[in-house]
Amino acid sequence: MSLDVNMSVTGNAPEALNVQQKLSAALGLAGIFIMSLSVFNVGFQPQALWLTLAIGLVAVGIVWYTRASYAGKTAGIKNDGVYFKSLTNRGLWAYIVGVVFTGFYIVLYFYPGLLGLNSSGANTGVISLFDPLSQLMAGRPASQWFVYGVLYTLAILGFGFKFLWKYRHNSYQRLRTFSVMFFQLGFAFIIPELMARLNDDDFSLPYYNIINIWPLNYYNFEQYRVDEFISAGDIGIALLIFGILSILVITPILTYKYGKRWYCSWVCGCGGLAETAGDPFRHLSDKTQSAWKLERWLVHSVLVFVVVMTTAVVYSYLNGGGYWLSGGAFLISVAVLLSVIFGWAMLFKRQELKKDARYAAIGFFVVIMALIALHFSGMTSKVFLFEAETLRSSYGFMIGAIFSGVVGVGFYPIFGNRVWCRFGCPMAAILGFQQRLFSKFRITTNGGQCISCGNCSTYCEMGIDVRAYAQKGENIVRSSCVGCGICASVCPRGVLKLENDDPKGRINSKDVLLGNDVDLMDLVNQNKK
Amino acid sequence: MKQEHIVIIGNGISGVTLARHIRKLSDKRITLISSESDYFFSRTALMYVYMGHMKWNHLKPYEDTFWEKNRLELKQAHVTHVDTEHKQLKLDSGEDFSYDKLVIACGSRYNKFGWPGQDAEAVIGLVSKQDLEQLEVYAPNNNVCKRAVIVGGGLIGVELAEMLSTRNIPVTFLVREEHFWNTVIPDEEAQVLERHIREHGIDLRLGNSLEEIITDEHRRAKAVKVKETGEIIDCDLVGLTPGVSPNIDFLKSSKIELNRGVLVNRMLETSEPDVYAIGDCAEQREPIGNRPPVEAVWYTGRMMGETLAQTLCGNPMEYNPGHWFNSAKFFDIEYQTYGWVFPTPKEGHDDFYWEAEDGKKCIHIHFEKEPRIFKGINTFGIRMRHEVFDYWLTEEATVEEVIKNLKKANFDPEFFEAYEKQIQKEFEKEFNTIEL
Repeated sequence: MSLDVNMSVTGNAPEALNVQQKLSAALGLAGIFIMSLSVFNVGFQPQALWLTLAIGLVAVGIVWYTRASYAGKTAGIKNDGVYFKSLTNRGLWAYIVGVVFTGFYIVLYFYPGLLGLNSSGANTGVISLFDPLSQLMAGRPASQWFVYGVLYTLAILGFGFKFLWKYRHNSYQRLRTFSVMFFQLGFAFIIPELMARLNDDDFSLPYYNIINIWPLNYYNFEQYRVDEFISAGDIGIALLIFGILSILVITPILTYKYGKRWYCSWVCGCGGLAETAGDPFRHLSDKTQSAWKLERWLVHSVLVFVVVMTTAVVYSYLNGGGYWLSGGAFLISVAVLLSVIFGWAMLFKRQELKKDARYAAIGFFVVIMALIALHFSGMTSKVFLFEAETLRSSYGFMIGAIFSGVVGVGFYPIFGNRVWCRFGCPMAAILGFQQRLFSKFRITTNGGQCISCGNCSTYCEMGIDVRAYAQKGENIVRSSCVGCGICASVCPRGVLKLENDDPKGRINSKDVLLGNDVDLMDLVNQNKK
Repeated sequence: MKQEHIVIIGNGISGVTLARHIRKLSDKRITLISSESDYFFSRTALMYVYMGHMKWNHLKPYEDTFWEKNRLELKQAHVTHVDTEHKQLKLDSGEDFSYDKLVIACGSRYNKFGWPGQDAEAVIGLVSKQDLEQLEVYAPNNNVCKRAVIVGGGLIGVELAEMLSTRNIPVTFLVREEHFWNTVIPDEEAQVLERHIREHGIDLRLGNSLEEIITDEHRRAKAVKVKETGEIIDCDLVGLTPGVSPNIDFLKSSKIELNRGVLVNRMLETSEPDVYAIGDCAEQREPIGNRPPVEAVWYTGRMMGETLAQTLCGNPMEYNPGHWFNSAKFFDIEYQTYGWVFPTPKEGHDDFYWEAEDGKKCIHIHFEKEPRIFKGINTFGIRMRHEVFDYWLTEEATVEEVIKNLKKANFDPEFFEAYEKQIQKEFEKEFNTIEL
């Protein structure tokens, strides 16, 4: 027998689930089953009762499952058997769940009719099951997005509860989990639904979840929304300005002080789902160098795409006139902003960028500027060669639906819980850029204490090979790090600590670690310089 | 000039650190010989594979392409004889393999103290990859293994107990001493750990040692006999974890001078020219400070590798480790130590012990009575900053300075409960030497 083959395939692993876990899982699935049956217009009446029952079963199932998993155990890291379970080790169950999730997202995005959304007439199917709740909150019938919002919130709250229990010994984990549960329930779900109640014939605000910041919320500055914001008077203008300040002012300040974690693992809804429902899959992220390379190219390409797309869309309606800002002025201010950021990075942070990052930055910058120049010279009528609408709809389809939903969540059990956040999210790319070059945040390595065990790397959901830094005594300063703190939690030797401190000396590669003869350390570390 | 060929026996942390550093400093040809595993892995993490936290691949700190990229040659073989006169190794394949410089970094194996039945089937240690494979055979679950007995209370014993308990295998843990690991830690800490071990359902027997391992007709262990009580404990697995010793049998036919380990001087040179030894298998002729002559610790192996690389690359350097430090984890309780804390304070030393109300966190400080120089700390359940303690030890800070500034040394995650105030108050109550 060889250990190089996964040991779980020996069939000797302990029974993956105990009786209570099985029963509670069945209970939760019964809730899902009620919802699934309602798709076929089974006619559960009264709907309010059946909906309560379905949601209640899911909630009770998760709570019971949590109890069955952790109640009898001491507080501490409980990753026992993660690689023995089919669901968490890419076994049959993982693929079944992956296919179901993926299917759900495809139906949700592309075939909402199957769920009971009718273009004319009342809802049927599972969407009608949610009508009573939607009426109660927003005073209108449910949509597929309302159904999704309820399920999404339920998942974050339920599995958040599970996470809280699993990490009950760890205040950092608990606090940030309370935080994502709070933001999801309050800002992403309840407030926008209640806001819909304010809308009537002469007053209308777009559906706005203020923690969903552009460019994650890639449609935030589209014409219909901007028009609605403006027509809604002061409150609408305030929200619009908040949306712009979020990305241009609030985000850089908070990221400078705390790293991108303030958003990615404390506030963001995508992060919230990943950290709660996705937690059992965090170890599945790919840690190889090649995956890191792919990540860098992909996530920054998406960022460029969303910048280009948004610029084109905003420009095209501003150009139509009727706004205080003209299309040309807007385009020039975008060009200036990009030039300032590019110039700053190249002038002051050049040595911190890897070679491929420099080339890519220069390449992207030159192309964007050239296109803007071409446009002003009158050589092309379209800003970025394509129609703004084409860019918008292809972004919405490829990135908004396929990448963030179908792949991002659907593939949790196969590629881990942060596929979207790592490879696709343009917001993460911006925050990561700030975190890498302009932040006080780092993960500190504790002297020479690392034993290279690999728990940190294994459980890093972003696929960072944390150990590679820790065993060199080097702090971890990576743009992708979302600061979930799990590496520090699973470390058996107390080696890692998330810290905000003076940006100087943040990156500290060492050849010889603390613990050896001081002269030797001096010598070797000097030789490097 | 011919390229010098450095051959390293063993691809554990010592040998691999050495190889990496030689490569950084030079262009020498480097070969690592091992019969244990294809690639370097973290021995300290073996437990996590059995527990299902990780797969074997996760134990490897470097991707498999690393070795070729850095021109580190890996040879799968077992060395059976070292001929220092002709600078040749005899391999189990019959091949002769020559070297210009030889480094022995072959590590440890687990101790057996001549117990009857110690070589029977289903008697295992927990040192090598092969030990882990054996464990998977004899204790895959609690149907095959209805009870396991672990002999020897130390770091590996408690790891093995934790591993088996994750598969719901009942464990009896025989510890010869009156308190757990009290050859190294004071009784106060030992008692914290004893409670914690028992909390996990482990049948911990203090003051109990092994008389013999009773085997069945297939020479497979079926029970153990306890020396002190005469009790026979039925079991399907016996784990021997009474420490480790250098794995040097294959050197007995060579001219290299051996004692418990391969004898080396401070330059890490053995008795034979161009032969060095580092890591667990090396034994210092003159112990360094309070350190034992054989140090079977991950960190010291790494440090010897760092040092010898300098010597072999033209910058001769003595092995001169800095302040002692170590760490471990006992089930859920993390342990770190900086400087020296002995089971009982040395002559002229005093100690200060603090334990949290939950009985799962404690610190123990030893210091000189006059002047009040801080000598070392054991910390359980509270993470401390290596750099800060290293600095205090170098600067010979007083115990009062340390207690007053303890917050600076805290390395717990953000938002964790802080205990410095409690600790300071208790210190003040006991010694009345700091102003709060």
